[in-house]
This record gives sequence, structure tokens and C-alpha cells, in this order.
Amino acid sequence: MILNDLNQVKEKEQAAQKKIVLRCCMAAGCMSSDSKGVKEQLEKAVADAGLQSEVEVRGVGCMKLCCEGPLVAVDPKNELYVRVTAENAPSIIAALKGGKANVEQTDPDAAFFKKQFSIVLANSGVVDPERIESYIAADGYLALHEVLNEMTPKDVVETMVKSGLRGRGGAGFPTGLKWGTVAKSPGAKKYVICNADEGDPGAFMDRSVLESDPHSVLEGMAIAAYAVGADQGYLYVRAEYPLAIARLQLAIKQAKQMGLLGAGIFESPFNFNVDIRIGAGAFVCGEETALMMSVEGKRGTPRPRPPFPAESGLFGCPTLLNNVETFANVPAIYRKGAEWFAAIGTEKSKGTKVFALAGKIKNTGLIEVPMGTPLRTIVEEMGGGAPDGGKIKAVQTGGPSGGCIPSQHLDTPVDYESLGKLGSIMGSGGMIVMDEGTKMVDVARFFMEFCMDESCGKCIPCRAGTVQMHNLLDKILKRKATARDLAKLEELCDMVRNTSLCGLGQTAPNPTMSTLRFFRNEYEELLQPDTFGAGATHPQTVTK
Amino acid sequence: MAAKTLTIDGKQITAEEGETILQAATEAGIKIPTLCHLEGVYDIGACRLCLVEVTGTPKLLPACTLKVAEGMEVSTDTERLRKYRRMTLELLFAERNHVCAVCVANGHCELQTLAYSQGLDHVRYEYTFPKWSVDNTHRLFGMDHNRCILCTRCVRSCWHIEGAGTKNVSGRGGKSRIITDLNQPWGDSESCTECGKCVMSCPTGALFKKGSTVGESVRDRDKLEFIVNAREKKQWNA
Repeated sequence: MILNDLNQVKEKEQAAQKKIVLRCCMAAGCMSSDSKGVKEQLEKAVADAGLQSEVEVRGVGCMKLCCEGPLVAVDPKNELYVRVTAENAPSIIAALKGGKANVEQTDPDAAFFKKQFSIVLANSGVVDPERIESYIAADGYLALHEVLNEMTPKDVVETMVKSGLRGRGGAGFPTGLKWGTVAKSPGAKKYVICNADEGDPGAFMDRSVLESDPHSVLEGMAIAAYAVGADQGYLYVRAEYPLAIARLQLAIKQAKQMGLLGAGIFESPFNFNVDIRIGAGAFVCGEETALMMSVEGKRGTPRPRPPFPAESGLFGCPTLLNNVETFANVPAIYRKGAEWFAAIGTEKSKGTKVFALAGKIKNTGLIEVPMGTPLRTIVEEMGGGAPDGGKIKAVQTGGPSGGCIPSQHLDTPVDYESLGKLGSIMGSGGMIVMDEGTKMVDVARFFMEFCMDESCGKCIPCRAGTVQMHNLLDKILKRKATARDLAKLEELCDMVRNTSLCGLGQTAPNPTMSTLRFFRNEYEELLQPDTFGAGATHPQTVTK
Repeated sequence: MAAKTLTIDGKQITAEEGETILQAATEAGIKIPTLCHLEGVYDIGACRLCLVEVTGTPKLLPACTLKVAEGMEVSTDTERLRKYRRMTLELLFAERNHVCAVCVANGHCELQTLAYSQGLDHVRYEYTFPKWSVDNTHRLFGMDHNRCILCTRCVRSCWHIEGAGTKNVSGRGGKSRIITDLNQPWGDSESCTECGKCVMSCPTGALFKKGSTVGESVRDRDKLEFIVNAREKKQWNA
């Protein structure tokens, strides 16, 4: 495959484009409410009406407004049907010739859609994730071609540094710096790993990207591999994402057949193979060192850093590990330029961020907004606020490693630093909205229970500390705790945070600490008077 | 190998390149508490007792895996570290059923010794009293999960010194436990070479030689009978 061939595929695909395209969501959310049946019936209705030459029914990825699925969009009429059933198909097809379908519609120009800025999700809901031609028609693999033919690996790293992209897995480490470190690490064999072990409760960004646009992740990985000098990549996907795995397998197969992965990509000396490794359901395997252990076929437990993976990672070789969304950003950065990307977002957080909006909110689904967008815009304008006129109490970001941001801080811009200042984190993009009915101690206990169950058991603070913290939170909720228990809980939060081996333990106290910071009264209301009576002395630990 | 100079607890010391802080400190006569560390098997930095403060690094780092570097300033015994160490030990005592009085390792238990040395006189956390079993199926050895602290020293010595690969860890979090082969009774294990290295590695009484437990201790009353018979009946029968 050379550029000409790529362009031919693109032109052929564009020429075959029919006048009307019905885009039917085939991502896991809509498929769980029978969008597959909808698509089949739409195809049948098109055939029955004899419109095959004019109308294409295209299975696409996520169209973002997941709560209203299954979604069907009509181009170029700019219509978006919601909650479509298989029986609605003839009505939708009949309406193509004028008239109105007897199916509910939503405004595709509503704030939920209009306020979005798509880089990562640009192809989501547009291209057919099961056909590489569809991705190529949307300028897919052009960036890889340019990188391989016109840039040295050093240039590629420099462009990434200039773009200002930061890791989208949560911690926000500068991607360019990471690539540069791996590129400079000595070693004949290097690896690129894509972390698709998305495990935060309520988060489904990475799944949607993989289901909707798998090739963008593969292209991003290939560019990264060229930059750092790797020839082997692994996609670590959790087993709970069977559809994402199936689409990735298909995408890898198609890319290999076209010579866009494998040996001599674009007839250059660059080789890059990608294999899928399926996670067996451990949350901790999203931690990079545990993930690499798992890829190696060992028990997925983290190990102390340093050495960092960039220096000694998979099988002891320098390894670049980025998250799905990070890789999905890559092709656009090289296609449109680092300056273009760096102009989006805030000074220290560039580009966009995808969030999975969930919880007590009207519009649940997937949103992508420029960094620096105020939380209020996301929650109130795009999300439509709490359902049934309820009042929003807090927004939880960062899952079990994050914190709760109370409603008085809703004007906070969404960027790494601002969220960090509030004791939360950007995280991978889960955003759970809570209304007035939510008990914050309950929330803290839920996340602590999650961390307790998902602790790998290697280090003591995380393994035993989460159990004690969970028991203390439970005791508080059962109105059996005293002020001394609360003090014990806070002391444990500090200890587990500072002494745990990996990120899971180090951040496990975050939901508790942040709810204590903003909703301390809810804890105190549950406390009981000290049964020992005021002024009683209790044994203290004797220090040497 | 270039020599490195560094400061540990205000003491200037030299160390070989590639050495860990723990090795360098031990050589210099500075004692850092450890539990999952065992001389001869590789370190994993899991017990968090050897955490030290390094000037310029916000995070606490385990001395057993941290390599020495030129000009490094390390503190091993600050008030904060002592507090965390005590809490770590308290968590361990509350986690499983550590009853020293009836333990085979009483008096020569590393957990017990550490607790004494860290001034731990009581546990402030609620004991969880989990129900763990004892595997007594092996001919020579026993495993009492109640006393296990999951340091994995047995696993590491079984894999990397004996090379048998019999011991392993199953489960997650507090439900983790040491298993034999594919979670079979130890006595049924075909890979176990009965070398006993796991028992030697165990810092507590979780792994023990049979015959050494309190329950198994017997009183040799036969001896008494022998002497009485000899004295009173003048019978010297054995």
C-alpha cells in the first residue's frame, strides 16, 4: 500500500456514497436495546421500498446520547430519531420521501450536541467501525503515512511535545515527554501498550472509542511505535468488553490485509504488529506495572517504580504505555498539526476530554468538550441538570480514585490542575452526577468497598487498610461510630494514601477524603456520643 | 562499579552502584525494619515497613528496591515513618488471627519482634477474626492461614531458590491466600519437593514443621513409668 492506493480506497468509498445515509448506532449501549434489530428492519424496509440505490443503512459507533437509544440519524436531512424500535423502521423509510415518521426525534442542534468539540469522537457515530474503508474515507491512516514518509522519529516526538497532549488515563503525564523518554531509552526491543482496561464504575469512554473507531487507536499506536522505535504493540482490553474486542480483532485483520499494520507499512522499513491481550477482570490491571505483569502472563500485581516502564517495562524492555483516548488523539494531531491541537483547551491542559456522563442527570451519554469547559456547562447545559427538577448536589470525577465536587464549585473549569485543587482528579473520564437525595457517606463507603474488593493484596496498607476504612465507614453509617472512629478513619486515609505501593491504594482514600472535606456535617450527624464519657483517658500507644 | 556517596540519617556513607538503600544502610550499621525482605530472594517492596523519606521526592519509597544514587539524602527513622510503621503492624495484627500464646513461632516470630521493637503495645483497629483453615495434609509441614501475612517469601523461595514453583497466591485483596499448585491440598502436591525452604522463609508461624505446634506437644509419661518401675519394682524394662 502506498499513498495512491490509500487515496484510491478513499475515492472509491466516497464515490459509492449514496444520497441518503441512515446511521444506526451499533455500539454496546444501543445494541443492548436491540439496535441490531432496528438496523436489520431498516435494511429490509429500504429493500421493500426499492431504495437500495439511494439509501444506505450504515452501522456506526456511538452517537453519544446513550440514554435515548437506539439512535438513528438521517443524513443529509439532519434528523435524529430516538428510542427507535424495529417496528418503527418502515415509518422512518416512508418519511424519507417527505412527511413525518411516527418516531420520536430529538434536536441534533441541542446544547448536548452543539457544545461538543470532537477530536477523539470525530468518527464516532459517523464511520462504520467494521469497515476500514469507511475510516480511510474519513482521512484515516493519512497521518501514519505522513509520519512514516516525511518525519524522523525525533520529529514525531517533538510534534507530540508541542501539541501539549497529556495522558488521558487520569494522571495527565505529558505524552510527548513519555514518548521522548522511551525513544531515548537504550534497547533493541521496545513495546507499545494500549491500556484499555477501563474499570472505573460509570466510565465507558474507552469502550465507546474502541467500539466506534478502533482504527484511530491502531493508527495512534503505530505512530507512537514509530516515534519510540517499537515493533510490537499490545492492546490490553478487559474481557467485559466483548464487542470492543471483536471490532479490534476485525480492525487489526483489515489493517494487516491492507498493509497498514504488520511488516513494511506503507512500503517503508517500519514494522509494527499489534496483539490483543484480554484482561480477566481485575481493576488493578489498569495500573501500568500490574498490566504489564498480566500481559507477561503473570499474576496482575503492581511493582514499585522506579524503574519506570519507559526504562524497564514489559519483559524488562523499554515500554510506552498510553490509554485508549490518548492514542485516539494522536492521528488528528499529526493530520492537523500540533499548533492546531495546542490552541484548544487551557494553558496547561490542551485538547479535549471525553466524559461519560452518568448518574442523576437528564442526558446521560458520551460528551467531548474542550479542556477548561466549566463543569456547570457540562452538567446543566449539556446534561440538562437533574431529572424531574431535582437539585444537583455534587459531581464525582475520577471514579474510585477521584473525589466529589460540590455544587458550589460547579463553575470550576475542567482541567487537570483545577480538579486536583478540589481534591478530585480528572481521571479517565467517568462523571457521575449526584442529586440532593444522595448520601455522601454512602458514596464514600461504596467506593471504599470497590477498592477493598479490587485491592490486589500485595501491599499491607491497601489490602488491610481498605478493609479497616470500609468497616469504619460502615460503622458510621450504622450510627455506631464515635468521634474517635472518625479520627481513626482520617488517620488511616492519610496512611494508606502515603504508604501504598501503587495508585490504587494511594488514591483509594480520595472519595472519603473529598466527601469529608465538603460534606463533613453528613459524617458528624451520624456520630454517637462517646460512651466512655467526656474527659475519660484511653490508652495511648507508647513510643520509645 | 562506581562508588556512590550518600547520606542516611545524617550519616555519610559510601555504597556500590546498584546497591539498594537497604543494603547500604545495613552495611553502615543502620537498621531499617523489614518484613517481606528475605536475604537471598528478590525484593518486591510489598510490606511497606522499610519505607524511607528521600529529600526531593514527595513519595515514600521502599528501601529494599530503591537503588542508591550520588548525593541522595535518606531518612529512615522520622516520627512520620515510625507512625506509619506502627499502623502497618496494627493493620496486620487486626487482619488475621495472630494469637502469640498458642503459636509455634512465639518468641522467634518476626512480626512479634517487629511489634515489640516499634513499641506496639495494643491494636486500635477492630480485629476482623476471619475464618481461615489449616492445611495439615502434608507429611512433614503444615500451613496455618490464620497466621499468614502474605509476605510471599515462601512463594519467592519456592520459585526462585528451590525452583519447584509449588507455592503461589490466589484471590485478591484481603481474600488472598497462599496456595499449593492449583489450589490443591499440600499433601497432594506433585511439584513439592519437600525441601522445606518455604517453612524456613516464613517470618511467622504460618508455615511450620509438623510436631512443633502447641496442640501436638506431648508429655512423655512413659519415661516417668520407667523410672518408677526401676526404683520400686527393680524392673529395668525399656
